[in-house]
Amino acid sequence: MSFTSNQIQKIRAEFPILFSKIHDKPLVYLDNAATLHKPNVVLESLNEFYKKNNANVHRGVHTLSQRATEQYEEVRKKVCSFLGTTDTQEIIFTSGTTQSINLVAYSISDWINKGDTICVSRLEHHSNFVPWQQLALRRKANFEICELDPDLHIDPIHFEKILKTSKVKIVALTAMSNVTGGIEDIASLSTIAKKYGALVLIDAAQASTHLKLNLSKLNNIDFLAFSSHKIGGPTGVGVLWGKKDLLEKMPPFQFGGDMISLVTDDKTLFNELPYKFEAGTPNFADTVAMGAAIDYIQSLGIENISQYEGELLDFAVEKLEQIEGLEIFGSKNLNTRGAVISFSIKGLHPHDLAHFLDHQGIAIRAGHHCAYPLIKKYGFNALNRASFSFYNTFEEIEVFFASLLNAKKYFKRSGEKRDE
Amino acid sequence: MNESFSLDSIYQEILMDHSSSPRNFEKLEKCDIQAEGFNPLCGDQVTLQIVLDSRKKEIKEIKFQGEGCSICMASSSMMTESLQNKSLSESLKIIEDFRGLMQDKVSADVFENEDLTSLSGVKRFPVRIKCALLPWTTLSEPIKNQIKKGENS
Repeated sequence: MSFTSNQIQKIRAEFPILFSKIHDKPLVYLDNAATLHKPNVVLESLNEFYKKNNANVHRGVHTLSQRATEQYEEVRKKVCSFLGTTDTQEIIFTSGTTQSINLVAYSISDWINKGDTICVSRLEHHSNFVPWQQLALRRKANFEICELDPDLHIDPIHFEKILKTSKVKIVALTAMSNVTGGIEDIASLSTIAKKYGALVLIDAAQASTHLKLNLSKLNNIDFLAFSSHKIGGPTGVGVLWGKKDLLEKMPPFQFGGDMISLVTDDKTLFNELPYKFEAGTPNFADTVAMGAAIDYIQSLGIENISQYEGELLDFAVEKLEQIEGLEIFGSKNLNTRGAVISFSIKGLHPHDLAHFLDHQGIAIRAGHHCAYPLIKKYGFNALNRASFSFYNTFEEIEVFFASLLNAKKYFKRSGEKRDE
Repeated sequence: MNESFSLDSIYQEILMDHSSSPRNFEKLEKCDIQAEGFNPLCGDQVTLQIVLDSRKKEIKEIKFQGEGCSICMASSSMMTESLQNKSLSESLKIIEDFRGLMQDKVSADVFENEDLTSLSGVKRFPVRIKCALLPWTTLSEPIKNQIKKGENS
């Protein structure tokens, strides 16, 4: 089921920022892949936590600390349900996807030796690229990049070739690209990886609000990371899910409060999972508010969100393809795409376009989208990106389309003069 | 301020003219100074090449190549025109003045090259200042180094 236009208006009413005016124009926010706006329930959760329940978690016997601890721990259950899993000991709170990935990359460092291979894909965001590249450098291991097929998805043939010909210890893949919007077949890819005994980490930062992630059916995935702010929760919180047997074998990534069980002058016993990986005072207020975001997303239904965003994508692509000189960088098969469109317009630099659109109230991203190895490989220095979410409307896409045409006209001025 | 005025204040005709037909946009086979600048956030990239006079004190020829937004391209183009036939120390002064212009510390009328005035609109858009500054900051260190080299020889 998708959403009706009435339902969308009700949803929009829950996001105060969507009613902003930018340069006297109604905001058209098409930068959802960078961060999602926050619904009232999340804003209220933060406010209420600080007003009524604020105290450090896992530390006090007093009522407030107990309340805060209960609320914080309750979010682990929500995350489990969000990811289709059950064991709260497997849910580690971090500062975001980037920290989740770095946690794994540092903690398993000693498992990687000279001659081993670490594999990522061409689609990866810098956050799921650089930690592995650097780990390989530290451990004198090989670093392999799995290339894309002609349709810009991770190429399973090249993937298997890498696994077959080298000793791959871990593969790190995105579930959905923040550039092409490609929804990657992580079920098959992780099955291939397992056949060769490699660990599998999935970067779900982009996928988390657009696709239903059901870990109960994805047995070959060992780690998965996502961020609160991309699902409408606060910034500064993220999740690492990992298989318990692995997390138990892994040494702590950071040392400090909360992750300690017993400290003597010469040794320390670490706390049990998940606390072993949560050093220091956790970001509990924001974590509780992330719980509100998960409830909100689940109340809308991820399947409904996917379907509605699919309709937005179809409409936007249909419009954009009418623009001469506009090239979309992504799969032609829209069923394998999320609602992210990276594009270039001949003769119009992304920065200039984004600046022009901003003056029309339209927020898009311009740049390399933190995926420089990807866009460089395909011959771009920068791209524009419009990314849609469940609160966007078809009318907004019309406004965007009309503004793109105006931008082309605006920047053509001096080009024409030269042609004369 | 209406929206079209503020957009036009940055995308002035002269700026658009430089960006669509950049001056001194070519590659030299041989040069005395070569410097590459890169703006990682937006993917702007410029390569600057300079041929010095026989005393190695004056810029005889200055060319650039690269890819970037219209502000970066126009700024590079105007910079090459401004530094042509200038001594290294004069060039450094112009570079510093341009930095000052972007920080709103120097007025646009200090520049001999009047086209540069059109870039002063950029300073009102903090995210675009680095686009305008890229070629200038790229050249700053190499010119300082060349001046030092000259003093030591």
